[in-house]
Amino acid sequence: MEEKIENIKKLAIAEIENSSNEKELNDAKIKYLGKKGELTACLRGMGSLTPEERPVIGNLVNIVKNKLEEMIEKKEEEYRKLELDRKLREETIDITLPSTKIKRGSKHPLNRIIEEVEDLFVSMGYDVVTGPELETDEYCFERLNLPKGHPARDMQDSFYITSEYLLRTQTSAVQARAMMENEEKSPIRIICPGKTYRRDDDATHSHQFSQVEGLVIDKDISLADLKGTLEVFVRKMLGDNLQLRFRPSYFPFTEPSYEVDVSCFKCEGKGCSLCKQTGWIEVLGSGIVHPNVLKMNGYDPEKYSGFAFGTGLDRLAMFKYGITDIRLLYKNDVRFLKQFDRCDR
Amino acid sequence: MKLSTNFVKDYVDIDVDVKTLAEDMTKVGNEYDEAGKLIKATKLVIGEVKECEMHPDSDHLHVCKVDVGDKILNIVCGAPNVRKGLKVIVALDGAELPGGIIKKGIIRGQESNGMICSIAELGLENKFLEEKDKTGIHELPLDAPVGEDPINYMKMDDEVIDFDLTANRGDLLSILGMAYEISAIYDKKVKDIDLSYDENNENINKEFKVEVNTENCTMFLAKKVKNIKIEGSPDFIRNRLIASGIRPINNVVDISNYVMLETGQPLHFYDADTLNGKIEVRMANDNEKLTTLDGIERVLKTSDIVISDGNKAIGLAGVMGGLETEITENTKNVIIESAIFNPVKIRMTSKDILRSEASIRFEKGLDPNRTYMAIERACNLLQKYANAEVVGNIAKYDEEKLENREIEISFENINKILGMEIDKKDILDVYRRLGFSYNLKDDEIIVVSVPRRRGDITIKEDLIEEVGRIYGVDNIVGKLPNIPPKAGNYDKVTRGIRNKMVDLGLNETLSYILVNENEAKMFTKDDKEIAMLLDPMSEDRNTLRNSIIPSLLKIFEYNRARNVEDVSLFEIGKAFYKKNEEYGENTYISALMTGNYYLGIENKKKVNFYIIKGIVEELLDYLGYSGRYSFVVKEDKMPDELHPGQSALISVNNDVVGIIGRVHPRVLKDDVYVFEINLDKLLAKKVGKMKYKEISKYPSVKKDLALVVDKEKEAQEISLVIKKFAGSLLSDIEVFDVYEGKGIPEGKKSIAYSLTFEKSDRTLTDEEINIAMEKIIQGAEKKIGAMLRK
Repeated sequence: MEEKIENIKKLAIAEIENSSNEKELNDAKIKYLGKKGELTACLRGMGSLTPEERPVIGNLVNIVKNKLEEMIEKKEEEYRKLELDRKLREETIDITLPSTKIKRGSKHPLNRIIEEVEDLFVSMGYDVVTGPELETDEYCFERLNLPKGHPARDMQDSFYITSEYLLRTQTSAVQARAMMENEEKSPIRIICPGKTYRRDDDATHSHQFSQVEGLVIDKDISLADLKGTLEVFVRKMLGDNLQLRFRPSYFPFTEPSYEVDVSCFKCEGKGCSLCKQTGWIEVLGSGIVHPNVLKMNGYDPEKYSGFAFGTGLDRLAMFKYGITDIRLLYKNDVRFLKQFDRCDR
Repeated sequence: MKLSTNFVKDYVDIDVDVKTLAEDMTKVGNEYDEAGKLIKATKLVIGEVKECEMHPDSDHLHVCKVDVGDKILNIVCGAPNVRKGLKVIVALDGAELPGGIIKKGIIRGQESNGMICSIAELGLENKFLEEKDKTGIHELPLDAPVGEDPINYMKMDDEVIDFDLTANRGDLLSILGMAYEISAIYDKKVKDIDLSYDENNENINKEFKVEVNTENCTMFLAKKVKNIKIEGSPDFIRNRLIASGIRPINNVVDISNYVMLETGQPLHFYDADTLNGKIEVRMANDNEKLTTLDGIERVLKTSDIVISDGNKAIGLAGVMGGLETEITENTKNVIIESAIFNPVKIRMTSKDILRSEASIRFEKGLDPNRTYMAIERACNLLQKYANAEVVGNIAKYDEEKLENREIEISFENINKILGMEIDKKDILDVYRRLGFSYNLKDDEIIVVSVPRRRGDITIKEDLIEEVGRIYGVDNIVGKLPNIPPKAGNYDKVTRGIRNKMVDLGLNETLSYILVNENEAKMFTKDDKEIAMLLDPMSEDRNTLRNSIIPSLLKIFEYNRARNVEDVSLFEIGKAFYKKNEEYGENTYISALMTGNYYLGIENKKKVNFYIIKGIVEELLDYLGYSGRYSFVVKEDKMPDELHPGQSALISVNNDVVGIIGRVHPRVLKDDVYVFEINLDKLLAKKVGKMKYKEISKYPSVKKDLALVVDKEKEAQEISLVIKKFAGSLLSDIEVFDVYEGKGIPEGKKSIAYSLTFEKSDRTLTDEEINIAMEKIIQGAEKKIGAMLRK
């Protein structure tokens, strides 16, 4: 019996080893280990053995069985791997073929800038407010200390549609609205981005353009607060470490008034074509809110002070994206628009 | 304002170069456009034409031998007036002229080592050129020193700064004002102006009367000078006028301009013999006519201030004199006017008629002290340079205050607003340098006495600004306002809409709101009234748009012309309306789609009505209006610019908020689809908060249903019928096929729905679903004559 088992083992091992595919291996498995397999038959034939022989033979059969199973399993694993390799090879594609396009749209560069400015100021507790583009003379000028016949009205050649209505020339109009709408005359912290209109059209001026206005009214607001705030703004938008220079100027709604130059972000102040060799670029108009403006809109200038600033967003977009002609912003060439579809990092 | 530095040096000593002066002025708030020499030409020298022969190979060129001091040059010259013995301006080899660099060379075989120049070639503006300057070379006086610099010799060695002044600084429209500003910067003294002259013992008031009959003239001074001699002005006056941008005419007219430049006070000179011994200032009569100096007949309004001789208008006050009383070559006696008129009135008149050097100054407001100063200065110069005999006394009307304005301010206030800590003595020093006197009321309060010349300083904040200007604010350390933190707000919905549209593959545009009249009337049904500009820049942009769609159509056409065919655009912006003389605006979202649309990872698809409808639905679902909108066909409400068979109104809560459809082939041949929604109207419709809705734990059952209906039946109506009869078990309904043709009777169509049945608390039985399906089929048959497709 022992001899028979040894013989089966030898034959089985040879057959397993010599199998060349999964099917032959499976056949060998059935032939020796199946219900009617040769090794299984040995176990069944144990009835004819003596009680002393039974455990010895039983043990032997189990050892051989385990050995064969182990071999089969190993072999099966080999075949599965081969099969998988074959399949993977078959499924190989040309990854250099073009992709299936997933097209997303894009935001207009000016609106990207507006969103960026909004996010910055919202993070500092400012509210974003808007006002009408078809504005009244009262809010656009008179409530900003620019009565009819004031020479400073020349600074802004306007599009009137009646003697009272005009397309707003400045987002400052929203300043007056915000102050008037605040019934408790409590502190104000706002920015107002939006479209503005002036009679002007060339490579650097568009009759329609965008501005953002900022206004803070509270107790003890000073020029130092304005400078600090604008430093945050300019550095976030145009680059860290930029320096600001306050140049005295004149705006009817602020006193004192300053134009703000930023050290040239292209040449870092060394002088280049962008800054016309001066090292500085004018970016903002600003100042301390004129007491007449506070008074006219219901705030007590003895109690409150404030600062206001404004800047052209078109220029900011042009600086940021290297656009040289403002008219590109309004031509809406799809090939231009599509470029603004990535995340700004 | 063009500042002649030679001129201002009469009143303040400057020892910096012109660029430094310009930069230092900029630092105190006075920007400039340009600063440099009046005559920019280099390498010029005075020469004498020693010989002048006709060029052998030319009928107009001359070959000259010119002595330039250290050598004799051979120069070919084409000017008709060149001749032997002339003293001329020679540009040497390498000279830089506005027209280019002069190089020696051969002209038609003759050596030429420079150029003999005309005044025009030196770069003087055309308006300053006399006729002879335009046709020939400049002829210098015969005693001009050969070899010397001709610019110095002609006293044109001036340096000019062209300032771009702020609107409040009317005082800087004068040499004296500039002198005060410069003296404050460099801490210098302003020198006195020479106002001396001799008067005869006549009295102007005996023969001449000034009458002011309007509140719009607060001061009117008149002096008379006799027996003037009209001739050319001395060089220094001519050159300073030219440097200041004013054309010299003759000594008398030039003096009036010279004094205006000097003092900022415009003067007007009348030929005294054309007046009837009287001047009246009054408002013009309606349609009153006046021929001004330039020979143009002006029709006046009652808001114009005029000077009258008692009968008729003879001058437009503050803007321009009349032709009839002007100074001519034959004028002997002159009435000098020095006056102050209402700035706003002058501004309005000059806006309608003409901006002049005078009106620019009047409209900024004047210092009444200068009104006196100017008339005396004019007498001084006329006596010196026009041989004038000054008649005694002055005819005047004076309602002005000459005194300084006193303003109180505290040191603390200044430092608090500037956010600095400036020493008291430094603050006081600023006012001293500006020429403002002051008293200390106590330790804290300064009473500053502001001279009338600084009309821009009226309140204490103006005095704070002066400290900021002159002391400087470069040292301010920026800080953030010390105010309580709070959350900032912004319009999240609009931004969400923009993000959604971008996600859906559309490119955002930004277009002009100004369009032409025709475009403004497109894509609206009711709002045919338009808001037009009073003073447009062009016909093409003279109207406010009533809809954004015309702007998008133009953008489409722009791109089509550049072979960009797949165009999907949207814009969020304003459109405007006019209704019964009321004006207003609304925010809209509009979109335009044409060409291919890329459906995510699937293939591209040609844009049709259903794609753009899908965009609208996705947008409305995103905004929370799911199940509350419908697309309604109402032909009489659709704009004419949409295809009548492929357009609809967009309705939310049964209220029209927008339009959608294909652009009418009459408007555009291309297959272009658009929609527009009034966002103000839409977003006013409230939606509930986003809330989780429980997902059924029990399986849903899908059933297909194909109905044969009349071809015209709308899918939306059929869906409503199905929903109505299905009852609460139906959770979703979708069209998956529409078919006409073989197997379907003529005039009918088959429309196939996929229905989903579901109940959240149990599994539905077949029987329940069958009953529901039966109800739907019977209901559809009864309501809309639908038959089950077999």
